[in-house]
Amino acid sequence: MELTVGPNHFFWSSEDWSALYDGLASAPVDRVILGELVCSKRLPFYQDAILPAIETLIAAGKEVALTSLSLITLKRELKASMALAEVGVDVEINDLTALSHLPEGAKFSVGPLVNVYNEGTLGWLAKRGATRICLPPELPLASVAALCAAGAEAGIAIEVWGHGRIPLAISGRCYHARLHGRMKDNCLFACEDDPDGLQVDTSDGQPFLSMNGVQTLSDSCASMAHHVEALRDVGVSALRLSPQSVGFVDTCSLYRQRLNDEIDGDTLADELRRVSNGMRLSDGFLTGARGADWSGKAA
Amino acid sequence: MEIVCPAGTPAALRAAVKAGAHTIYCGFADETNARNFPGLNFSREEMAEGIAFAHGHGSKVLIAINTFPRAGSESLWHAAVSDAETAGADAVILADIGLLAYAANNHPNLRRHLSVQAAAANADVINFYGSEFGVKRVVLPRVLSVPEIAAINKDTDIETEVFVFGGLCVMAEGRCSLSSYATGLSPNMNGVCSPASHVEYLEEDGHLSARLGGYTIHSVGKDEPAPYPTLCKGCFGAGDKTGHLFEDPVSLNAEQLIPQLAKAGVTALKIEGRQRSRSYVAQVVKNFRAAVDAVDAGRPLPEGMLARLSEGQAVTTGAYKKTWR
Amino acid sequence: MPLAPVSLVLTRLTRNMATRHSSMFRRLGEHDNARFLLDPTDLPVTLCLEPRQGQPKVTLHRTPPQADARIAGPLAALIGLVHGAYDGDALFFSRDLVIEGDTAAALALRNAVDDAELDIAAEIEALSGPFARPLHRLIDLAERRTGVALTRHEEDLLW
Repeated sequence: MELTVGPNHFFWSSEDWSALYDGLASAPVDRVILGELVCSKRLPFYQDAILPAIETLIAAGKEVALTSLSLITLKRELKASMALAEVGVDVEINDLTALSHLPEGAKFSVGPLVNVYNEGTLGWLAKRGATRICLPPELPLASVAALCAAGAEAGIAIEVWGHGRIPLAISGRCYHARLHGRMKDNCLFACEDDPDGLQVDTSDGQPFLSMNGVQTLSDSCASMAHHVEALRDVGVSALRLSPQSVGFVDTCSLYRQRLNDEIDGDTLADELRRVSNGMRLSDGFLTGARGADWSGKAA
Repeated sequence: MEIVCPAGTPAALRAAVKAGAHTIYCGFADETNARNFPGLNFSREEMAEGIAFAHGHGSKVLIAINTFPRAGSESLWHAAVSDAETAGADAVILADIGLLAYAANNHPNLRRHLSVQAAAANADVINFYGSEFGVKRVVLPRVLSVPEIAAINKDTDIETEVFVFGGLCVMAEGRCSLSSYATGLSPNMNGVCSPASHVEYLEEDGHLSARLGGYTIHSVGKDEPAPYPTLCKGCFGAGDKTGHLFEDPVSLNAEQLIPQLAKAGVTALKIEGRQRSRSYVAQVVKNFRAAVDAVDAGRPLPEGMLARLSEGQAVTTGAYKKTWR
Repeated sequence: MPLAPVSLVLTRLTRNMATRHSSMFRRLGEHDNARFLLDPTDLPVTLCLEPRQGQPKVTLHRTPPQADARIAGPLAALIGLVHGAYDGDALFFSRDLVIEGDTAAALALRNAVDDAELDIAAEIEALSGPFARPLHRLIDLAERRTGVALTRHEEDLLW
């Protein structure tokens, strides 16, 4: 099984952003997706660093792709989407709009924010040129298995969400701005204070969700630590690891050790908590009663 | 302008038709639609009868088949599309790409509308659905302002339908897993959000706590309006702040914006609420029909009477005004 | 007032309704074996309804028994809900109605009743002979206490 690094969801400084990809050049990952997924207002701050990062990763032998935005509404966002194909690397669509901008016959990959729930949709995307699909994180194992079978027939690689706070919703409203009594247009980039998203608790103090600008994520970090064998058995070709601000390159190495059967699920879980200073884990979407559940031992 | 009105039961359909709805939308009693609630929706027989009733009174009926078919079980959704055509539906409302392709190929004469669950928020993707799947009308996501809606209508020939009243979704619909994170059930997979099966109310000393999947979503005092624990309307804490961080428990009432929506080129006004009673449906339809008739005749809008029916008994114009973001 | 005879009549009434509104009980789906309490807070009795998959049983109680779901509120609100004069959500938002216990079951009941377009007085009229008589005492009591008429008027629904 391969490892894909998904696009960074959060708003980091240009230096930190570049440092991530410099670090990943020597990490045991096969593929890296870059670009802005969440908010087009962020792009100008690190836009110049994108091409150098792509070059670094290609030189290090990694496959590289550029992601579209996940919710495209504004004119300038439509233009940016149209320009993606011109960069010269594969495009990962995370909003169907980006597909409408690709030239007919172009190959592309499909990110986890596009709804691929069944064989019909997978087949249609395959005919259109999709070569790889990362499935929506909420899919249970039975669906993953069915889609891997369909993917195999269609010659499409199937990836699942392997690690990271789970993107649960996207909106036109910016929650970081709202928290500070502002609107998206005058947000003052409040989201840059929270490089892993801002934790959201219930009124009785229970950690529940996290916010990242217009995006809402889980509080818990999903991890397929205990499901590698099951996923391998049904034919998943890669795990997607989502960047975090602390210990991410170590995290990639840890998953590689797990995939190589050098460490077991419990060890991986303990190590993930250690390198991240104690994040909470979950894996309930795949086999649990609900997304927030964790099948492993408590921390 | 056309008023498109929800019907959760045959009785509600008849009430809506009699109250003056031009078009009714409803679903089959299974997971093929996004209001798959206990005791709600139509059997195949009830659907055929309802459509005959509506047609007899000059109203149209649209059938929502707008969840995302489950891998390995697509035949359930295919059967729904086929049965919709047999029952005489004027259109089906779809969201899933695979199902749109299936309907276009196998039921080419069955009109296809694009559900709000497809989150088609710009003219490029709307035209894409039109050219790829023959979609004739799109229900616009509730994240767009009126000027944005006007701009979209300029750039597409596909009809647009916008929500004007009822429950408000703050997240892009069809792309939200908040509910399945907390309960295991989601709008996309099961046709439910914040399902009643996972709701718990705890009343202690005149203080009411509403929980979903064990998470406290609301906590209110004795004399405050009662909250249903819809996830995104909850009261939460982040940093040093507490409040309705995502959205207040209000519902949408864009009645006053009908003239602007008409100018923006909108074809149809959609009322949310298949899970509401026939009295809600009739009252809301009468009100909006009166408003639309007034706008058509160049008269001022009548004063609304709808506050009592709204969640939290307070309303918002939602994203239509840009200040919502 | 002895409750047992009234309970028998209410059961007969509900069984007749089941025959004439068969889809109402079908709508309950997986909740057709649940136990519902309808609790008029302005009367000294509680009504316990068990649909029992189409063979319903109704009993009146002075002390509310255990049940799967309880819907409580002034009699006017409960009757209005049954007749479709009021909207259940509106009553719930304003705290006129309180729902406890299995919310899904309560919702199924509410949707089933809303679709059935019931008219309680008409249902009572349709009851024949001596079975109707014990019911009149309850109706008199209810009307006196709450001022609520039991007949549904299509046109003057309270909007």
